[in-house]
Amino acid sequence: MNNKKSFKKSLGLGLSIAIGIFIFAYAFQVTDVDFGTTRDEVRQTSLTRVLRALAHPDLVEYETSELNVEIPFYLPCPEGETPSLPDNASNEPYITATAACAGPGEMLTVEGFNFPAYVQGPLNFITSSGVKKQLEKFQADADGYFIYEIEVPKRQPVAEAQAIRATVRTNIGGPMWSKNAIATWDKIIETIFIALLATTIGTLIAIPTSFIAARNLMVDNTSPLTSVAFSVIGWLIGIWIGSQTTQWLLTLFEPIADNLALNLAGTFVSFAILYAVLRWSIGTDEDEKASLAKRVTSTIGLAVFGIAFAIFFSISFRAIGTLITEPLGSFGFFGNFIFQLGEIMVMLTPALIAIFFGAFVGSSLSKIGQRISDYMPAAQVKLINILLASIAGAALFALFGAGVEWFYQIANPVKTLYIPAGVGAALGLILAITTTAKSPLPTGLIIYTITRTILNGTRSVEPLVMAIIAVIWVGIGPFAGSLALALHTVAALAKLYSEQVESISAGPIEAVQATGANQLQTIVYAVVPQIIPPYISFTMYRWDINVRMSTIIGFVGGGGIGFLLSQNINLLDYRAASAQMLAIAVVVASMDYISSVIREKFV
Amino acid sequence: MLEIKNLSKKYEGGPLALDDVSFNIPQGEFLAVIGLSGSGKSTLLRCINRLIEPTAGDIVWNDINVTAASDDELRTVRRKIGMVFQHFNLVSRSSVLTNVLSGRLGYTNPAMSFFNKFSQEDVDNAYKELERVGIAEKAHQRADELSGGQQQRVGIARAMMQNPAIILADEPVASLDPVLAHSIMQHLEKINKEHNVTVLCSLHFLDLVHQYADRAIALNDGKLMFDGPPNEIDDAKFKEIYGKDAERVG
Ligand SMILES: Nc1ncnc2c1ncn2[C@@H]1O[C@H](COP(=O)(O)OP(=O)(O)OP(=O)(O)O)[C@@H](O)[C@H]1O
Ligand SMILES: [Mg+2]
Repeated sequence: MNNKKSFKKSLGLGLSIAIGIFIFAYAFQVTDVDFGTTRDEVRQTSLTRVLRALAHPDLVEYETSELNVEIPFYLPCPEGETPSLPDNASNEPYITATAACAGPGEMLTVEGFNFPAYVQGPLNFITSSGVKKQLEKFQADADGYFIYEIEVPKRQPVAEAQAIRATVRTNIGGPMWSKNAIATWDKIIETIFIALLATTIGTLIAIPTSFIAARNLMVDNTSPLTSVAFSVIGWLIGIWIGSQTTQWLLTLFEPIADNLALNLAGTFVSFAILYAVLRWSIGTDEDEKASLAKRVTSTIGLAVFGIAFAIFFSISFRAIGTLITEPLGSFGFFGNFIFQLGEIMVMLTPALIAIFFGAFVGSSLSKIGQRISDYMPAAQVKLINILLASIAGAALFALFGAGVEWFYQIANPVKTLYIPAGVGAALGLILAITTTAKSPLPTGLIIYTITRTILNGTRSVEPLVMAIIAVIWVGIGPFAGSLALALHTVAALAKLYSEQVESISAGPIEAVQATGANQLQTIVYAVVPQIIPPYISFTMYRWDINVRMSTIIGFVGGGGIGFLLSQNINLLDYRAASAQMLAIAVVVASMDYISSVIREKFV
Repeated sequence: MLEIKNLSKKYEGGPLALDDVSFNIPQGEFLAVIGLSGSGKSTLLRCINRLIEPTAGDIVWNDINVTAASDDELRTVRRKIGMVFQHFNLVSRSSVLTNVLSGRLGYTNPAMSFFNKFSQEDVDNAYKELERVGIAEKAHQRADELSGGQQQRVGIARAMMQNPAIILADEPVASLDPVLAHSIMQHLEKINKEHNVTVLCSLHFLDLVHQYADRAIALNDGKLMFDGPPNEIDDAKFKEIYGKDAERVG
């Protein structure tokens, strides 16, 4: 019995080892493992060459003075008399050869005298047309003497005298940063700023996203189907109204788009009104909730002036940016910064307004739905559900169909509109029929799942791939790299953050909820204080990753030092590439250090 | 008047934690809830402000049906019900003052609390409440730098900021030493007597029940076993509540 068991065990072990060996053997085959090449002499020489180049990063250069010492030389020996070499007995550097002429491919000994001690330089053959051909690299000894045996070039046989020339370059003055070093410096700064921008923007978006992607915050959000259907329809209508309104307002304000004064005035007026409305609506609601009428008016007032404010403000920003760029001189980048801020706002305003309207109409309708579900008899609620869920399903799927149409350009409304809408309506109908009229649906969990799925999908796309798409969109350069990294940062950080939110202690959340706080207040008072240290730690960690990534994002055109590096590697200029690698190593190591110090401070 | 009518709670995949519990509490009463560990005390208290959704039954407070309240209504109900927890449940990285002020959240406009802004009146009151529980000088310390007893006082101050009609205290002294336990109970008693706040307090020690409660209810396996003045808990009742093998201590 016991023996049998141990036999089985050894058999299993033997099999696993056999399988393991097989897997590795196959892996060698697949990955073309060939250690023979590593000993190949040609390859070893090139490896040595490259490694030596890498060990001499092109960082400093000197101003040089050049000293040329030459003798005339005939190739081949002319007919008749043999030319003689010039006499040399001075203290000046000179070279001499065993003969003043030779046939192609013959050997020749060249000696040099009176050179500065230990100097190095090329020994060139200068053709009649002035082209240099290196014969040897010489180095003088302590007495300034050298001797080399060289082979006379096989080509370029001409009648007149050519020359053999020793060139000595001496550095004068102190070392200076080489052109390559300066370019490297420029690009490494660019790299750091790509990482900075990507991390900041990514973090700003990832924080709110992480709350939606945290299970413990979302799981309690449930609402009955009536309210969900109303809310979906409301969101769609709201987004539509919002985008129409922005369109309309933008055309309305178009005539004064260039008038800075009017825009500034508009900014101030709308800000003042915004403030007044805020004061009025917040004012003194002590024990009683503000009346519905007051809440609706104040929300609409806020919306109108918020939009006006956003439009005036962003346009003013752009105008101010353009205006101050010139007078600021070398600080003109500040003007561009303001202009770009305005540009970001101009870009975001329509989207934000659409989302705001969507949220407003969506949540208002959702409340109506909640009321209906709370107070009407179940049979009627069921009927309303059937109707609304079908409409909402149809609308959602029609939207999905529009997305498909955009990608694949099918141009067939039956396939991209009617069928999806029909399927959506049918699904809504099934949902409405199968669920009990008033039972709550886990809306929070559904939103959580969708957000997580999108985040996971985005995260699995490498930043390098994103950068390729960004390069196509906004062109080669650091902006493309920043966009790609920022997007990846959002996905990665939102996931890490939300896991932190999921692991916070529930007690304080309960306590704050028990005081009558709403969800936003609960997040601000019970969640945020608990997650600050891990959030800082993860942001620093991400900053680290972004610095690393931004060093290579240039390989696909995303700007930063990677661009320079890939260029130099392709030009086989390994000394220049070495300088960039060195810079990357220094930056990554120091960022690593800084981030670990900051992390330690906060955790 | 708080009325609990036929309240039941069944946890998903769990036991029937509350089984058809009914009782009334007139405004201003100090009611102790006793029972073995796992008998459903916490579940009962949490159902009252709906931190836990009851499975069946109604909770009616001053003619408002709490169990049927919408989210907005629930928040207005909750802000009149303070809660004190066994493990204090303070936000440990926030200051004592912020923890106390968070008791006002139900009254504060969400937009304002986003910027961590409370009215001057609220801030003044927060200091007053801290003074009342004797730790005014700790206002700017981090909550987790305080001792257990001090943290529980912050918890009481936070509940008092709500200007509550009811305080639910779930084993408020279970993690404190006997001396501190009495001082916390005295705070609750004072609030109960001076402000006519109804106190529902679950307790493990009968001597505390005798000393502070006007009335006691006892739960066993989610069922209401006893409802009456504490001094009516004789040995027979005691065995009914705590089981045949239980011994009285203290
Ligand atoms: N979240 C939950 N999920 C499932 N079952 C739970 C949950 N909370 C409590 N229970 C169960 O419900 C019953 C009552 O628990 P409850 O916490 O109300 O008891 P308690 O009287 O407060 O006990 P203690 O004195 O130990 O605090 C117990 O059997 C417990 O295991
Ligand atoms: Mg308990």
